[in-house]
Amino acid sequence: MPTHKTLAATGNQVVAEAMRQCAPDVMAAYPITPQTTIVEEFAAFVAKGRVHTEYVTVESEHSAMSACIGASAAGARVMTATSSQGLALMWEELHIAAGMRLPIVMANANRALSAPINIHCDHSDIMGARDTGWVTYFAENAQEAYDNTLMAVRVAEHPEVMLPVMTTLDGFITTHSIDRASVMDDESVKAFVGEYQPRNPLLDMEHAVMHGSFAGLGGPYFEFKKQQRIAMENARTVIKDVGAEYSILSGRPFDVVEGWGMEDADVAIVVMGSTAGNVRHVARGLREQGAKVGTVKIRVWRPFPYAELARALKGVKAVAVLDRAESFGAEGGPLFCEVRSALYDAVDRMPVVDYIYGLGGSDVKLELIERVYGDLADIAAGSAAPATLTYLGAREEA
Amino acid sequence: MANLRELTHREDRLAGGHRLCAGCGASIAVRQVLLGAGEDPVVVGCATGCLEVSTTMYPYSSWKTPFIHNAFENAAATISGVESAFKGLARAGKIDPDKKVRFVAFGGDGGTYDIGLQALSGAMERGHDMVYVCYDNGAYMNTGIQRSSATPKGAWATTAEVGAAQAGKQQRRKDLTQIMAAHGIPYAAQASISHWKDLTSKAEKAFATPGPAFLNVFAPCPRGWRIPSNQTVEIAKMAVQTGFWPLYEVEDGVWRQTVKVVNRKPVEEFLKPQGRFKHLFAPGNEELLAEIQSDVDSTWDQLQARFAGA
Repeated sequence: MPTHKTLAATGNQVVAEAMRQCAPDVMAAYPITPQTTIVEEFAAFVAKGRVHTEYVTVESEHSAMSACIGASAAGARVMTATSSQGLALMWEELHIAAGMRLPIVMANANRALSAPINIHCDHSDIMGARDTGWVTYFAENAQEAYDNTLMAVRVAEHPEVMLPVMTTLDGFITTHSIDRASVMDDESVKAFVGEYQPRNPLLDMEHAVMHGSFAGLGGPYFEFKKQQRIAMENARTVIKDVGAEYSILSGRPFDVVEGWGMEDADVAIVVMGSTAGNVRHVARGLREQGAKVGTVKIRVWRPFPYAELARALKGVKAVAVLDRAESFGAEGGPLFCEVRSALYDAVDRMPVVDYIYGLGGSDVKLELIERVYGDLADIAAGSAAPATLTYLGAREEA
Repeated sequence: MANLRELTHREDRLAGGHRLCAGCGASIAVRQVLLGAGEDPVVVGCATGCLEVSTTMYPYSSWKTPFIHNAFENAAATISGVESAFKGLARAGKIDPDKKVRFVAFGGDGGTYDIGLQALSGAMERGHDMVYVCYDNGAYMNTGIQRSSATPKGAWATTAEVGAAQAGKQQRRKDLTQIMAAHGIPYAAQASISHWKDLTSKAEKAFATPGPAFLNVFAPCPRGWRIPSNQTVEIAKMAVQTGFWPLYEVEDGVWRQTVKVVNRKPVEEFLKPQGRFKHLFAPGNEELLAEIQSDVDSTWDQLQARFAGA
């Protein structure tokens, strides 16, 4: 069994540490706030000779992902990190990485998108990458950011998956706060992630292969996309299997959906990322006062855990979704739309309401979460009609 | 440098049967450049464009080498990633570090002068051991002859039309070879498919040079230039003989003219056979024609002053 060490470190530091332990052959990265300390820490590992990684200091995020794609196709284990505008600049390449079935692992420091320019946390960047074909994890804290990174390598490189994986952590809140995180020893991580066995690498010079060929003009483009869908479906099982194996090593439970107080909850809040802790804290207080409240945290965003979420919310009388991103013109935020869809087949469908919150790092005060639980209690009691969408805590809120 | 006999015995790494047009300059450029790699194994990267779509139609490949296409603007970044993987894997002991593998990226002028310039500049500055080859046909030919920053002044293109208000492209072309030389890379050269010995020698040097190398290869497009498909090489030759496309190299900062031009011909002889310049010879465009000649002269003079021994 592994030995564990508890660190007082930022989310970015433990992500860099996890990446070092996974020993990528190539990292190609470009600095952007608040991801920067990941690539700085990693650059220091390179400078000290603690990794064998070829570190490519590209001139943009577009080139970062382009170089990652070249390196991954060549047969290397490849990792990178980005955030916000950087992720947006990569958008074209995110699709290509997934379409070429390259198991690249990338950390994203979740941050708002311009305009107006804002460097603080929300999930707009990730939601822009929602349909790019990446398996996507959300971390609540530094510990999960570390754990997700290690599991991501296994999931990405699994022969039944072979898809890129993004591990996300909330900008500044998780990336820059000093947190408690337990890390495993290097040898145990090495044994857990294993050595990458590339299939059809470019650098197998004796067996020339082509990556990125043209499949238009009635070619098999459509069928390639179906293969991607199948791989993403396969990831559901692989994520759980890898999570179960990792839980034994780490001693920490893992599930794609994590409930708190859901055994007998009347109302529940669904949330992703760092706010989950605040929601649980408020729920705990309300429980002490006798309110049957629960929370459901989504830890894996893609593939979205429809069945697990519906199961977790069974019997609940009203559900609120906290969305840290917009989808202008849609009925609600991206998470809301997924949650409602997941509940469509439920026998007893309950009201589901959406709260857009915390955009651009706008403060998520505990009283705001209390207000959401208050609204839910009213809706469950039938004394208030469910609102479709609320901008939680916005100034001049109507 | 290999002589013609040796070159004829080298394997052609771009197979026949690809879907490029008859008389396409790009495939000639590719075959001559890859001859320059000798017996060394090569990994090829390619930007989106005519060359890529015509040689990679799934499940077929015209390439006898490992090949990667990523997108339009990032052939340089992509092949820099492949080269980095080689280094990383060699350091990890997963690949023989003494194995000689060459890395080359091909892009058209759209993918190089325009949308791919940033990625190219970055890759050259980082010093990857790679060769970047631009096959310059002076427009976005794959999408239907739109002007690029490599399109010559006065040329017709579908986004630089000829009409009462303008006579084709209004701006001068970008001098990419000099821009790349200004990066201070160990080897940068300008070549033409019409001068095979010069081109294959430059490719040999580019591959043999440790670190980044850049080749700008003049590669006419019969379709876009409105010339018969049997005139590709002739028109390229005329570009050299008029001084429109000087052949030179910059090796470790030393500028050298590789093909001397005695009795440089008037640029009209390059322009006149091409349909894309037809309007220049209509009455009223004499001044524009004179300006084009004057631009060729001044670039020529400027280069002559840079060449070693000048």
